[in-house]
Amino acid sequence: MTENRVGVYICHCGHNIAGTVDVEEVALWAAGLPHVAVSRDYKFMCSSLGQELVEADIKEQHLTHVVVAACSPHMHEPTFRQACERAGLNPYLFEMANIREHASWVHPNDRAAATDKAKAIISGSVRRVLELSPLEPLRAPIHETTLVVGGGIAGINTALEIANAGHPVVLVEREPSIGGHMAQFDKTFPTLDCAACILTPKMFEVGMHPNIKLLTYSEVEQVDGYVGNFTVRIRKKARKINTELCTGCGDCWGRCPAKVVDNIYEAGIGYRTAIYRQFPQAVPKYPVIDVETCIYYKNGKCKACEKFCPTGAIDFDQEDEIILMQAGNIVLATGYDLFDARRIPAYGYGRLANVFTSMEFERLTNATGPTGGKVVLRDGVTAPESVAIIHCVGSRDKNYNVYCSATCCMAALKFAHLVKEKTNAEVYNFYIDMRTAFKDYEAFYIRLMEEGTHFIRGRVAEVTDAARIPGEEGKLIVQAEDTLVGKQRRIPVDMVILMGAMEPKDDAKEVAYRFGIGCSEAGFFTERHPKLDPVATMSEGIFIAGACQGPKDIPATVGQGAAAAARVLSLIGQGVVEIEPVRAVIDESRCSGCRICNNLCPYNAIDYLEEEGVSRVNAALCKGCGTCVAACPSQVIQGQHYTFDSLMSQIEGLLYDVGNNQNGHVRVMEPEPV
Amino acid sequence: MAEQKPKLALYWASSCGGCEISVLAVHEKILDVAAAFDIVFWPCAMDFKEEDVAAMDDGEVDVCLFNGAIRNDDNAHMAHLMRRKSKVLVAYGSCAMEGCIPGLANFTDREHMMNFIYHDSPSTDNPEGIEPQMRTTVPEGELTLPEFWNTVKTLDQVVPVDYYLPGCPPEAKWTLAAIEAILSGQLPPPGSVIGMDVTVCDECSRTRSEKHIKQFYRPYEIIPEPDICLLDQGLFCAGIATRAGCGALCPQVNMGCRGCYGPNEGVVDGGAKLISALASVVDGATPEEIDAVLETLPDPAGYFYRFSLPHSLLRRTHLVGSNGTRTVEKITATPQLDPKLKD
Repeated sequence: MTENRVGVYICHCGHNIAGTVDVEEVALWAAGLPHVAVSRDYKFMCSSLGQELVEADIKEQHLTHVVVAACSPHMHEPTFRQACERAGLNPYLFEMANIREHASWVHPNDRAAATDKAKAIISGSVRRVLELSPLEPLRAPIHETTLVVGGGIAGINTALEIANAGHPVVLVEREPSIGGHMAQFDKTFPTLDCAACILTPKMFEVGMHPNIKLLTYSEVEQVDGYVGNFTVRIRKKARKINTELCTGCGDCWGRCPAKVVDNIYEAGIGYRTAIYRQFPQAVPKYPVIDVETCIYYKNGKCKACEKFCPTGAIDFDQEDEIILMQAGNIVLATGYDLFDARRIPAYGYGRLANVFTSMEFERLTNATGPTGGKVVLRDGVTAPESVAIIHCVGSRDKNYNVYCSATCCMAALKFAHLVKEKTNAEVYNFYIDMRTAFKDYEAFYIRLMEEGTHFIRGRVAEVTDAARIPGEEGKLIVQAEDTLVGKQRRIPVDMVILMGAMEPKDDAKEVAYRFGIGCSEAGFFTERHPKLDPVATMSEGIFIAGACQGPKDIPATVGQGAAAAARVLSLIGQGVVEIEPVRAVIDESRCSGCRICNNLCPYNAIDYLEEEGVSRVNAALCKGCGTCVAACPSQVIQGQHYTFDSLMSQIEGLLYDVGNNQNGHVRVMEPEPV
Repeated sequence: MAEQKPKLALYWASSCGGCEISVLAVHEKILDVAAAFDIVFWPCAMDFKEEDVAAMDDGEVDVCLFNGAIRNDDNAHMAHLMRRKSKVLVAYGSCAMEGCIPGLANFTDREHMMNFIYHDSPSTDNPEGIEPQMRTTVPEGELTLPEFWNTVKTLDQVVPVDYYLPGCPPEAKWTLAAIEAILSGQLPPPGSVIGMDVTVCDECSRTRSEKHIKQFYRPYEIIPEPDICLLDQGLFCAGIATRAGCGALCPQVNMGCRGCYGPNEGVVDGGAKLISALASVVDGATPEEIDAVLETLPDPAGYFYRFSLPHSLLRRTHLVGSNGTRTVEKITATPQLDPKLKD
């Protein structure tokens, strides 16, 4: 066997590491570690010159292992693995020591401690790298079909981009129609384009596209597999309509006697029937019977829709359908939920009639909405003479969500404009900071100021109907500190609009679990990198787009949809995917079949072979999470690249006694003496 | 001159004596052993004295089967002596290998143990409060006792050990296998455990399923189904994490494996393996439900480390003193006697 020769490279990362860690000293010190043949420090290891340094040393110094001490492996592990591979070294004989996030950044004011910690981390990595084995990546073909989950504007765009490139897409939407929140809007800021006019052609295109299979009123129940080869189980809920026969003529919902408050599309301020189509431009055009409210499902009578259906398309006995499909890639575009304004009782929503949510107002002002686009109070007739718009309801508030929802300032400006346009009422915007970043937004803000909308800087304390002074009777009084004047203001108005936060979908965590991706603290899906990889996730082949990743407006959402499509297309173009060989492997000759591991695998990668009496890991399904490795009581499951010996060696290395100058001295655990 | 037979020694340190009996459990084959070996030291069965061994040349004994843990000066003295005199030193049985039942004393310390045994135990009758002393003067002269240690140790924590024979006690077939290996010279690499590299489940005929443990039962609480895995029925069974070799004796008679054969080949800490394995299959949706399941397992430390505490990664804190000598930090956790039992 050849001698072990480890190359250690300490990255300055500009000042990021070198500003805190004494990189020269660490490099000198690392040269004295056992088996280290080369130890260097360099300004930017990730630069092409830095990579060439590693490549040259591998060839000239005959390195057998490489440790780069720099940033997180999330950033540059692939970079240096490739460098090793170019120089003919198996990339799995490379180890990244993170001395930036784990040392310099967390100890910015303690140079000595950060330097010692960097040494300990490198000591662990050098010991670990010596225990690693060369591995070969697994290769699997990529299934051409893409699954897009969510039929809002993000999902619509993703689906169209991929389908237009000539690849099949399955678009799954939970509601009876695609369109999402955008289909509920009247106008879009700052151009005041009619939302429906720009959205519905795209919806129609999705419905007609030969490469898109549209599954509305459907939900993904289970996802198995891995990048390129997902198996997806979809429940297509029973519409109770035979879509082969239905023409979407509307005779059925015209005759339906059940009147139901529409809490979804009409945001609770309008009605629909039990058999209904969400809105006239719905795609697909077919209605759906809501079995919860349908009279027939309650008492077995009625069937008015069936009687009047000219094509006999009503099918009361239709059952949910389970669809199994293969997909190579998955894009999640599941959108957001609007903040429930009832959570802030001081603002009176649900208690004070004329306090509206932003979505209620959208429907109110929408020409297809319940009032035909008339802005009126809850009584349905009175036009308001004064309107208060409260920003940051549930946003930028540590009691609810600390983040800025990014869209509400602009939507509030849009509302102010629409109120003015339709009622000529006085409009008061209560804001903390006006956030009008992005193209032409500031111009819209200026336009609104010129239109005579009032802007009061201060968070609203309460909305009340308790009048204190003449002129307040019968009004809603908005109490706030005007922080620009330094005075309390009480503004009596007829109508209050609450600009609610954009929140993660109520089931975002479950969905994230189902698809094997992560959620941020707030509950939005976590991207692979916040700047450089915003639409990929930590799960290969699963991408995210739109507001499910964080609050964003329509242009940003559309951009992400296209970005996710581009990522998918590049994978489809490659045709074959390389899968990390970091996998669990069972030594079947030593497995006693205790079956502890059998129901632990989150990816269902473990099978029990009855005849042999042993368990087996399906390498293609395994993602190398290590759950079974830790649980196996007989230690016959090994995590490749994270073997027991490599982890123990790393721990021993990490316990390097930084107080001792002896090179390579490591504290050893010994039983204490008597 | 006839060829000299290899010399065999057997010694008994801190243990119950079961290992000594297990040597005899090879039955009539003991005669073969006696024929093949020249037994030079076996205080339990034959009249040898320590000075007989001390008088031998270093390395004169070919094989020493050493059972028992090391917990006093005399145990340690004999361990060093037998090491010096033996070519091959075998840690025979669980006490010598892992610490075993005597090793459970490491959950407490000497002071608390002495107090309990000589004063507080419900069965103690010691009105004068007499405690054993290292030196006692009697009319005939001074009597001495070896110093009792604060910590129970395994044989290999005191002297280097060549081979290990697990079990409490080792099964006769493995004792024979070891002896035969030694006789034939077909020895595994030094440091090996002489035994199997799979777990008790491998030898157990019960049918195992996927595990969902909703409650642990103690053996008296249920009558287990005869053919179904005991753990699947909620009975604690350490077989999943225990080296095979016994023939799954306990599970065959409805008693969960207690783990006397120690962890499987390659495992550093068998107790930790048991904990991760069982924790993984506890069936509870909420932390409260999980706690409720775990509540049904009394004395978890005793269950998980019944045979392996001294050899486990659970060590008492030790500190390096300023002069380079190490001082032992006293552990604070001590078993509390149930107050109802006290009077």
